Amino acid sequence: MNARFPHAIRIDVGAILNDTIAAARPDLVTRPTGRAVREAIEVRIAGVGRSPFVSLLDFTGVRILDFSCADEVVAKLLARYIRNDRPRDAFFLFRAVGDAHRHAVEEVLGRHGLAAVCDLGEGYELVGPTSAEERVAWWTLERRKRIDPDDFSREFGERSEPVVRGLAARRLAWCGSGGGASALSALARTSGQRMDREAG
Amino acid sequence: MRVVEVPKSLDYRSVETVYEQIGATGRGPVLFDVRRLQWIDPNGMLLLLAAGKALAGRGTQPRISLPEHPEVLSYMDRMGFFQAAAEVFDVAGRIRRRRRAASDVLLEITSVATNADVHDVVDRVQSRAGAILSRTLRYPVSSVVQFCVVLSEVCQNIIEHADAPGWVAAQAYDWKRRLGRHVAVIAVSDLGRGFRASLQDEHAARFGDRWGDATALEAAFLLGLTRFPDTGRGQGIQQIRKQIGRWNGMLSIRSGTARIADNPDWSSRPPLEEGLTPFPGAQINIVLAERLA
Repeated sequence: MNARFPHAIRIDVGAILNDTIAAARPDLVTRPTGRAVREAIEVRIAGVGRSPFVSLLDFTGVRILDFSCADEVVAKLLARYIRNDRPRDAFFLFRAVGDAHRHAVEEVLGRHGLAAVCDLGEGYELVGPTSAEERVAWWTLERRKRIDPDDFSREFGERSEPVVRGLAARRLAWCGSGGGASALSALARTSGQRMDREAG
Repeated sequence: MRVVEVPKSLDYRSVETVYEQIGATGRGPVLFDVRRLQWIDPNGMLLLLAAGKALAGRGTQPRISLPEHPEVLSYMDRMGFFQAAAEVFDVAGRIRRRRRAASDVLLEITSVATNADVHDVVDRVQSRAGAILSRTLRYPVSSVVQFCVVLSEVCQNIIEHADAPGWVAAQAYDWKRRLGRHVAVIAVSDLGRGFRASLQDEHAARFGDRWGDATALEAAFLLGLTRFPDTGRGQGIQQIRKQIGRWNGMLSIRSGTARIADNPDWSSRPPLEEGLTPFPGAQINIVLAERLA
């Protein structure tokens, strides 16, 4: 992939959890635990050399995710990096947020008015409150992976460019300086070969 | 010595009779007479512990008798009652503990004082709850995750809002005569500051003269208010309500002189009770009923 596109890093949330609590257990529960895990993730993100980048937060090793931890590790993390004064130009994908985690993630995102791109076991989808226009545009982009500015009208319709820009502003898609838009999942897949594997 | 007469059946429906007796108890030695006890649920056991501890705080260690019914004695022992009671009561009598194989208990009486305790509770229940929820209550296999999340949130309520340690316990029963089906009961109790004091500084002013135990419970239970200022807080009780509602279960919280509840169609209890006997802390009761085919 061209260097001007964001690259991806994978962060193993289960491994961070194991490092965070005294007894190694796969349950991401209690707010102090969630806060500690989020802070550890932010340390990893701060150490990434290049920017922008997609952080693939992998919950595969997490058994239970309660609301307090979903609030800390998903909602508060997204809220911090959606702001204009975000510490790094980071985008987020969430993997293996299956049925075991879906409910907690949906609830906390709804409470904060945030949305996230999550792999719920059958491919990536949009979770959290979004408009019908946003969902159509996001699915179009997810299916096409990347759309050039010249194709916006054909793919999204005449009035959809602001919607795509809005998705990028919500950190649900990436728009490059050339005006094209890319699905975060496509960026993660394409840079998979060069993905900076983090030991945990 | 004053005697607190514990009724034959002590569960979430009959606990007020004990609260009333404790409220009328002054200083001096107290005996909790449980000899005639024939039935007790986690709410009853945690009430005895909390009441004993509250009375001990007045200066004299209370005394508790042993149930005469061997099955009740054995059950309370399996639930870890007497182990916990030894730290609160002068226990009148000796318990012969029998070696037992695998426990049939969903969650023994467990002290919750730190976040590590919550992790322990979730870890322990995760391995036991699956069969009870799926086979006994006929819930989906995946419900064990939601069950653990509910337990985690109610236990955190103790640590974050009570500012004092508490207990949690859970057990499944066959309520054939009462309800015609199986239930799981979760009880949580603490002797902390209660909902009114927890919310006082942040929210009392906006309620004016209405402020009291019932209003504080409504604020937390119905409106999701919390003493913490950030958006993500106060979700615990709201999410527990939603989940218990999906399971058509009962959720009630007693704090101070009031109790608030979400009642399913199989319960006729009132949604709000006021003017109850004052008692410190908060007591949470959850009853999950077996799904009907």
